[in-house]
This record gives sequence, C-alpha cells and structure tokens, in this order.
Amino acid sequence: MIAGSILMPPSEHVHWWFATGFLILALCFGARAVVGPEVWDRRPWRRYLFPSVLFAMGLLMFPVMVFFTNSTIHMVAHGSWAESMMLAGGAQLGLAAGKLKSPLWNLTIPLGLFVGGVAILVHEQNGWFYSRAAFGHHLLGWIAIGGTIIPLVLVFRPRSVAVGLCFAALLVSVSTVLYADRDTAPIFGHLSPEAGKPHR
Amino acid sequence: MQISTELAQQSVGRRSRRALVVLSVGPLCAFAGVVWALLQPYRITLLHPYGQGFWWLLSEPPIYVVLVGLLFYWLVAPGLVEDLEDAERERGL
Repeated sequence: MIAGSILMPPSEHVHWWFATGFLILALCFGARAVVGPEVWDRRPWRRYLFPSVLFAMGLLMFPVMVFFTNSTIHMVAHGSWAESMMLAGGAQLGLAAGKLKSPLWNLTIPLGLFVGGVAILVHEQNGWFYSRAAFGHHLLGWIAIGGTIIPLVLVFRPRSVAVGLCFAALLVSVSTVLYADRDTAPIFGHLSPEAGKPHR
Repeated sequence: MQISTELAQQSVGRRSRRALVVLSVGPLCAFAGVVWALLQPYRITLLHPYGQGFWWLLSEPPIYVVLVGLLFYWLVAPGLVEDLEDAERERGL
C-alpha cells in the first residue's frame, strides 16, 4: 500500500488522530482533577471512559506499527508505544472494574510515558532542525520524559487538583505537538534538502 | 453561627466555580479549534475541496478540536455537573 492512497492515509493524518485521542484524555483528566476522583467515578461509563480511550489508542497503534514503519527501530518504537499504552489502559480498566486493588497499578501511566519518550528520542535519527517532523519528535520525547514526574506525583497525591491539572496540560501539549506534525515541512525556516518537497 | 454561614457561602461559591469550570472546558476547547481554523484556514480542506483526496477531505484537525470540545460539553459535562452538585449537597447535609 502506498501512503496517501485510498487504503492508507498519509502518516501526518495518523498523528492528528492520535492527537485527538490525547485531547480527549486531557479533557477527561482535567475535569476529573476539578471535580475529584470520587465524583468522576460516580457513573460507571465515566469511570471506564479514559481507560478505554487509552487502551484503544494502544490497540490502534499496532496497525500503525505494521503499516507505517520503514525500519526496525521505527517498528520497535511504535510497538513499545502500543504495549505501554495498552498496559496503562488495561491497568486503569482493572482498577475501574475493581479487579485490581493496589493503587500502585497507576504507576503504569508514568512508566508508559517514560518508555514512550525514550522510544521517540531513540527512533528519531535526524537532528532537531532536519524538518518539522524531526523537531516534533525531539520535542515530544523530552516533553514525555520530563513530564513523567507529573503522573508519578499523581500516583501518590491522586486528589491534588494542581497536579491533576498539570497532567491535563501535559496531555494538551502532547496533543498540540502531534497536531503540528507534517510529513515534510520546514521548522523555523529550516528544512533539510534530503527531507523532500515541502507542503503546507 | 456567623462563621458557619460564611463557611456555607464559601462552599456555595466554590461549588459553583467548579461546576462553571467543568461547563466551560468544552466550549473553550471548541473555541480554540475555531481560532486555529481562522489562523490556518488552509487546514480546513473542505473550504477548498477541489483536487483533494479522500483522506485530506476527512482529516480536518481544527474541526476535530471543535468536535472534541462540543462532545465533551454535550455528553460528559451535564452529568458530571449534576453529580458534582449532588456530592456537594450530600457533604453539606
């Protein structure tokens, strides 16, 4: 299949769909921080909302891994995101259903973020100003690694409104960088000639 | 007595602020999408659809942002505010 054909969307579109997923998560986590976990969990469907979105994003990352990667390191990176998102989403589903009891299962979220951040940085083989996509990957990797501290604190202070809102802001920043991604576009006027023909 | 009245007033104030925040999250998100569409109208390919392929007509990132905001406002926020007010009433009893 050729990227951009009727059967396969351009990879930037896939980034935008995942950006939408992160935006949904951000709104859920932000609202949950404002009202508190007890109020958020009052309706079962709401309790399962963001764990399901997170799990589905992990599941959908597998076809991305299969159809959109062109090197081993690229495939391993996408596979690690898929697995870490499914692990975090699955653990949250288990906690929501009461099958898992220990709040330490919440550590799967900072773990997933950290693993994801490392994988983004490792699999991006070009420098920061090679293209907008390369810049976005570097930025996203460091946001994820640096931002790991926020869900980590949230594990031990789950009722903190400030930390909860910081986590929502972190997810919005991830979403924003993903929405800004383009397959071939300059970043601050820089674009490597090897990157190809730019488009808006 | 006066202190408890003041506490009750503060509680009501905080309650309404939280509800207001929950109710404003969706519209703020949708507004951000509209501002984005105005700043980068070329991102809305439906405005200039000729020569665009299927995926380019389907993928409209600013519209995604607007839709997420509106869906949150319509589907999540009303029930959440209702539960928030119930919880605060129970705590007040």
